[in-house]
Amino acid sequence: MSEQDHEVVHAYAVGDQVAAASYHLTRDSLVRYAGASGDFNAIHYRDDVAAEVGLPGVLAHGMLTMGLAVQPVIDWLGDPTLVDGYQVRFTRPVVVDPVAGADLTVTAKIGQIDEAAGTARIDLTTTVGDDTVLGKAQVRVRLP
Amino acid sequence: MNPDLVGRAFEKTNSYLVGREKVREFSRAVLSSNPINLNVEAARAAGYDDLVAPPTFAIVVQELTLAQLLAEDDAGIELTHVVHGEQRFDYSRPIVAGDELSAQLTVTSVKALGGNAMVVAESVVTDAEGEHVVTAVSTLVVRGDA
Repeated sequence: MSEQDHEVVHAYAVGDQVAAASYHLTRDSLVRYAGASGDFNAIHYRDDVAAEVGLPGVLAHGMLTMGLAVQPVIDWLGDPTLVDGYQVRFTRPVVVDPVAGADLTVTAKIGQIDEAAGTARIDLTTTVGDDTVLGKAQVRVRLP
Repeated sequence: MNPDLVGRAFEKTNSYLVGREKVREFSRAVLSSNPINLNVEAARAAGYDDLVAPPTFAIVVQELTLAQLLAEDDAGIELTHVVHGEQRFDYSRPIVAGDELSAQLTVTSVKALGGNAMVVAESVVTDAEGEHVVTAVSTLVVRGDA
């Protein structure tokens, strides 16, 4: 490919926000994820067990938070198969109140871009209220 | 925690057949709205034989290997003391309904961290032809008494 081709491939730059979304999680969401994933750890549905092991409440599965947080990126790409890699750190538990649930907000920005390869690293910021719940959340994608 | 776990060879898991309805159920649970996760016609139009699983579906197969780790008598890991610290997936190709996958676990690191232990468990997932599909890496924090 010529230099000129490279320039016109993508209109993105590092720091650009490419996607954002909010999700409302309830205890129903956790039960549904437990069944779908096979993770039946009781801290995700029983208040008494959560309290017994010293947790602030019933927690969302880390893998549910991870699974949700990549969805805005997929919606932006339009194709889940463009995701080549995905990593997160679980930095803060997501407590899901039996009545109020929990509200998760995700924003996705370009962290790195390789125009020649047509790939990018998308950095996710995932928050509940003022708290960031995922650290170093990065998605490696091929750009459409 | 037992540092001897590092480098131990675990047996490849029995093959896991990825079911179409399992993919649909998992896709709904992570609130995917993408047609190729949910609609067979859309998946076929995109060039796949059947529904494509969302990126984090690999945890379902990796889970089989983590169960092997927890079942090791000398590992000293109790589920109630395990906190998921980090997770990573590196894909060669997406998982598609109909795939027969198996996974092989390697413990790549065991480190003491205060009173806790950090275990890095790497599971390599391959298909029926033995081709690489995804490598899933979990960092587990085991809250210790030690």
